Amino acid sequence: MTHVLEAFQLVLDPGVLGTVLLAALFGLFVGAVPGLTATMATALLVPVTFLMAPVPAIACMVTASAMAIFAGDIPGALLRMPGTPASAAYCEEANAMTRKGQAERVLGASLVCSVVGGLFGIIVLVTTAPLLAEFALQFSSFEYFWLVLLGLTCAVFIAPGRPLKGMVSLLIGLLIATVGFENPAAYPRFTFGTEALMSGLQLTPVMIGMFAVSEVIRHALAPAGPAHLPARGMGRIFRGQGTLLRQQAVPVLRGSALGTAIGALPGAGADIAAWIAYGISKRFSRTPEKFGTGHIEGVVEAGAANNSALAAAWIPALVFGIPGDSITAIVIGVLYMKGMNPGPTLFIENPQNIYAVFIVFLLANLLLLPLGWMAIKLAKNVLRVPRRVLMPIILLFCVVGAFAINNSVFDVGVMLAFGLLAFGLEANRFPIAPTILGLVLGGMLEQNLVTSLIKADGNPAAFFARPLAAGLGVATILIWLSPLIRRALRRRTAAATVLH
Amino acid sequence: MTRPSLAFLLLALVACPCRAAEYPTRPITFIVPWGAGGGTDAVGRIMASLLERDLGRPVNVVNRTGGSGVVGHSAIAHARPDGYTIGILTVEIAMMHHQGLTRLDGSSFTPLGLVNLDPTAIQVRADSPYQTLGDLMNAIREQPGKLKASGTARGGIWHVSLCGLLREQRIAPEAVVWVPSVGNAAGLLDLVAGGVDIVPGSHPEGRSLIDAGRVRSLAILDDNPSQLYPAVPTGAQAIGTRWSMGAWRGIGAPKRLPKPIAERLQAAVKRAYDSREFAEFMAQRGFGRKWAGPEEFAAFMAREDEQMGEIMRALGLAR
Repeated sequence: MTHVLEAFQLVLDPGVLGTVLLAALFGLFVGAVPGLTATMATALLVPVTFLMAPVPAIACMVTASAMAIFAGDIPGALLRMPGTPASAAYCEEANAMTRKGQAERVLGASLVCSVVGGLFGIIVLVTTAPLLAEFALQFSSFEYFWLVLLGLTCAVFIAPGRPLKGMVSLLIGLLIATVGFENPAAYPRFTFGTEALMSGLQLTPVMIGMFAVSEVIRHALAPAGPAHLPARGMGRIFRGQGTLLRQQAVPVLRGSALGTAIGALPGAGADIAAWIAYGISKRFSRTPEKFGTGHIEGVVEAGAANNSALAAAWIPALVFGIPGDSITAIVIGVLYMKGMNPGPTLFIENPQNIYAVFIVFLLANLLLLPLGWMAIKLAKNVLRVPRRVLMPIILLFCVVGAFAINNSVFDVGVMLAFGLLAFGLEANRFPIAPTILGLVLGGMLEQNLVTSLIKADGNPAAFFARPLAAGLGVATILIWLSPLIRRALRRRTAAATVLH
Repeated sequence: MTRPSLAFLLLALVACPCRAAEYPTRPITFIVPWGAGGGTDAVGRIMASLLERDLGRPVNVVNRTGGSGVVGHSAIAHARPDGYTIGILTVEIAMMHHQGLTRLDGSSFTPLGLVNLDPTAIQVRADSPYQTLGDLMNAIREQPGKLKASGTARGGIWHVSLCGLLREQRIAPEAVVWVPSVGNAAGLLDLVAGGVDIVPGSHPEGRSLIDAGRVRSLAILDDNPSQLYPAVPTGAQAIGTRWSMGAWRGIGAPKRLPKPIAERLQAAVKRAYDSREFAEFMAQRGFGRKWAGPEEFAAFMAREDEQMGEIMRALGLAR
């Protein structure tokens, strides 16, 4: 108990609180700019933490990443431009709600669900971290292979309209993922002898290109559309959110639990959690036909999932020093720098430090409510700006974002090229979200398939040899077959009624 | 008023190029060929901040990632050799050109100093039947092709190092199946999950799982004991091998750097290496400090290059 009190003393220090506040504002800004990710927000803070004491150093990273993941939803909803890859899964859905004039409702819901998901992840982190970390350690390439396939399956659920077009879009994404030299065989593919393509096509420039640049092109070709997006009723962000939370309790909790489980796995992360949560939400919804037309259900589930995954990624990081995602990979280096070496000893030596980190997690998520509210209030002004002024500014931000990833002009070209591709695809009613999903998961799919086969000496039965892998494999195949099974069952019942 | 200032300007113009003692007059760019937040980035940033203090000008770190380090190394090599672009070189520069991924090698740079070397250590699962490196080598000899190892991409430093050890022990490198992984952490994770049997890698990379009691380090392949785990036997103590290879980092600049500027930078890198801050930082992260001055660093890179090339050709990785 004394440790907890000490931890409170560590956190409730004006210097630490000031750091948290500054980091929060920084995280909100980085997350809201399309192309600047939560990972980048954390990486940019590393040199700053060199000068700090352990608790404020970790505190500013925790806060900035939580804020950035939520803030990614804001440009996603208002402009259909996901601020971070974790928001890409439900960005079209959220934007459809904005076009219906419900911007405040979707952003408020996304804020509240981010907080709920974040708190859920923290509670699990505090209470069952060692247990869950142990479970996460059971995952080898066989299990990840099935998990990735499950994620890809979501593409078919996510895609509105015809599944075939969704499938084509997914295959484009998988094709893009094969570019480069960072594949299991370490053989350069589709690089055309250029150094720039050796590391493949980066997710962020492709993503901003496909979502944001295509929107700019569309506007440039048809400037006659509405000069403003509907901005009415942007007054009360929190109005009706309590009722919504009660109505959507099941998706929110399911999203939080799923996000926590996926986030705790070292090979997955908030991005994948959001995609799978959105897919599951549609799959189990009573009104799946409403998805894609501006329906809140998928947004709340996926919004809760990505924030809970963020907290859960700390579970393997703190217990075993294994990064749960790209953010904790950076944080682990800082933990060592500050003498808070991850591992079981972290909870025994200086426990007040780790309790202080937990308190910061809670604080950051509670702080998300007022600061997120403020950010939404500020961002709504974007809707008042005439589109012909807004679009060039957006293009400018996109260029900066694409350049900032690797400090390379090549990525700006990649972004523009994919903007054209996405414009062409959407003009022919191909959905673009599955392409992004294919790019996110393509490399992982190949890596886990090839390494599994190497380990099994080429025997495919090994994919079912481990109990966890077998369970995941059977579940995946059942989901694939479920439409066929249901049709068969329906036919049998129909036949039975005829016979009687 | 005009004439004296014009004369002064002319004088300054004439005086500047031949007075390298005035270098640096503007901020310096420090290129890190790997992503922000990683180990190389951390070493690069601490070095940059210490150089900044020494040179009296801002030293700005720029991460130029991509192509497994090729992009960033190219950016350093192809920059104007005026001392305003330097960067951190990593072991990959001695490996990638053998795979035909770049034309650059160690001789494409002006070496300023080697600052870090982490030798290969051999890790197994904590409940593995192999208690010593000798046990492991015997098992590999008796059942070639049964044991699997991971810890980096195919043709990465730990893959090449393990194969070098096997060759030196007169075991065919194919006797251990290499499972490519994205980074050492992913390989260690697969080791703990039971997917592979051996993970060669550095001690700072294996540190958290060794401390957690999940992974056992059998030996460190170096003349000196590990700075993190002095109790782990060296290769010579374990099986009498002198085989040694490791991941290293050094500071470099483009080729044909003017001599006075090179000397100024080399002195600054040496002072940064000797500083208390650098020693403390390296100890905290568990990274091995290793110094080689410009000439030794150049010779070291040439030797590494030759050794790597020989193994990679034998493995069929060279193109």
